Amino acid sequence: MSIALSCKNIEVSFDGFKAVAGVDLDLSRGEVHFLIGPNGAGKTTLVDAITGLAAYTGSVVKDGEELRGRKVHHIARRGIGRTFQTATVFENLTVAQNLDIAAGAGRSPWTLLRRRRHLPQNVVDTMERIGLADRADTPAGVLAHGQKQWLEIGMLLVGDADVLLLDEPIAGMGHDERETTGRLLHDIAVDRAVAVVEHDMDFMRAFASRVTVLHAGAVLATGSVDEVSGDPRVQEVYLGTAKESADAATA
Amino acid sequence: MKFFTTRAGTWTGFGAAALVLFGLAPLLLSGFRLGLLAQFLCYAIVAVGIGLAWGRGGMLTLGQGVFFGMGAYLMAMHLKMADAEFRGGPGAVPDFMELAGIRELPAYWAPFASPAFTIAAILVLPTAFAVLLGLAVFKRRVKGAYFAILSQALAGAFAILLIGQQSLGGFNGLSRFRYFFGYNLDDPVNQQMLYFIVAGVLLAVVAVSLQLRRSRYGELLVAVRDAEERVRFLGYDAANVKVVAYAVAALFASVAGAVFVPIVGIISPASIGIVPSIMFILGVAIGGRASLVGPVVGALAVAWAQTALSEQFPSAWTYAQGLMFILVIALLPGGIASTAAVLKRIPTKRATVEATT
Repeated sequence: MSIALSCKNIEVSFDGFKAVAGVDLDLSRGEVHFLIGPNGAGKTTLVDAITGLAAYTGSVVKDGEELRGRKVHHIARRGIGRTFQTATVFENLTVAQNLDIAAGAGRSPWTLLRRRRHLPQNVVDTMERIGLADRADTPAGVLAHGQKQWLEIGMLLVGDADVLLLDEPIAGMGHDERETTGRLLHDIAVDRAVAVVEHDMDFMRAFASRVTVLHAGAVLATGSVDEVSGDPRVQEVYLGTAKESADAATA
Repeated sequence: MKFFTTRAGTWTGFGAAALVLFGLAPLLLSGFRLGLLAQFLCYAIVAVGIGLAWGRGGMLTLGQGVFFGMGAYLMAMHLKMADAEFRGGPGAVPDFMELAGIRELPAYWAPFASPAFTIAAILVLPTAFAVLLGLAVFKRRVKGAYFAILSQALAGAFAILLIGQQSLGGFNGLSRFRYFFGYNLDDPVNQQMLYFIVAGVLLAVVAVSLQLRRSRYGELLVAVRDAEERVRFLGYDAANVKVVAYAVAALFASVAGAVFVPIVGIISPASIGIVPSIMFILGVAIGGRASLVGPVVGALAVAWAQTALSEQFPSAWTYAQGLMFILVIALLPGGIASTAAVLKRIPTKRATVEATT
């Protein structure tokens, strides 16, 4: 199990407010690594920082290369792929077109200016893998909610990302779709590092190989599911916020 | 409609268009009407570019008058130089400069004595300007309404700049051209030749646009239009994708301006400022910005309606124009080009709703 991405002392502040306050995080190939924590813990902001969307101090290293200060598309070309909380696919293009675009960031201008004659083999394979082989010519906009999430993950796979940062990949999915997604995550994590930002604790327990709990922008605990759920500080944070949000709801 | 996406369909479409433009139109229209059509086809060429940049690329280019004007003035400078040379030998000053009391030919006019230099300038200068401007704007992620306002302000500023240039004819612009690359512009045969040139350019421009739309680049451009962030997170520099479409649209507008000048016989700041730029957009919106031929149809329809109605009711044209725009926005948001799709949807709407639930 090798470390694919290493983050050291990441800090992100917005107008003086530290959304992420000194986070260390290592993502390893072969693991489905869950990032959990209450709302505002800094999970998505951390993903934004790693992918170049939010400015930060600290260091993100992949394959010996420092990525801080790089542009979003440079970081993506280094094999770091992300999804968004609301699945973002190209709704007016077909499933095949979506994947073909995702597979082609390195294409020459000459290739781009010509028509696509055949689908690349990795696009065909990926459609099979994400269960959309029979929807190749369907516009992505008419796919079911869960299928869009799979398509977005598939877009990262054809783009040869080996670090995948998935922001709530099962939001709005039914039970069967969650199971399928969980198995898909383990399947793709065999030779990749997969990080999952998630609120769903059942899903986390069922599919996490490692868990990092964030709270108020800092790492509270890291370990296996059992280690983390046995940690008293984690229990306190979750019970505490559960109580607070219950109070807020009644107020 | 599916037929026209096949190879045979494409050739059929182009063949039919060529038949109408090169066969029917010269046969049926008087010289005067054919001249008008030639002028409208210039607008259609601009519209094809806008269709690409706005319809496919999502860039609301409210300032295409800038590029249209660049092409037009570059061509007009050459025509004036050629006329002056014909009258007074090499180094002679164009007539309008003599009237304005300019005795010495400004240095930047001199190269336009060369036809080759002029044609190269028409193709390169506006395109290069669009690339630089596009890089400056899109790399900073200026988009949407901000981009539209910026490009419109540019058109306004460009017109004002030209009004102040006495060596470019100022407010009156450049007019009274006698020869076009050695051909007398008063000769009806040559006027018809100009019509054929502009019709040929239009077909070429549509063909280029079609190739771009069907290429992988065309798919990528739509992707950038619909979800620019997603494209960036897939490893593309989305700004470059937009710059290409913007520059192609600028090139089309420039070429249209260049052929417009010998056909209409005048170019002035009034034909390239904010109002003409909006008229370009209006035609594209009415025709259907996302389709291939929609912008052409819209540009021709608006220009034709303007001419026909303003001949009959000079003061009412503006209302008709507004009404046209409202009707299209309300009933056909996809423009005239979407008529078939909208009609088809009406009876099947219920059935598809049942099928998807």
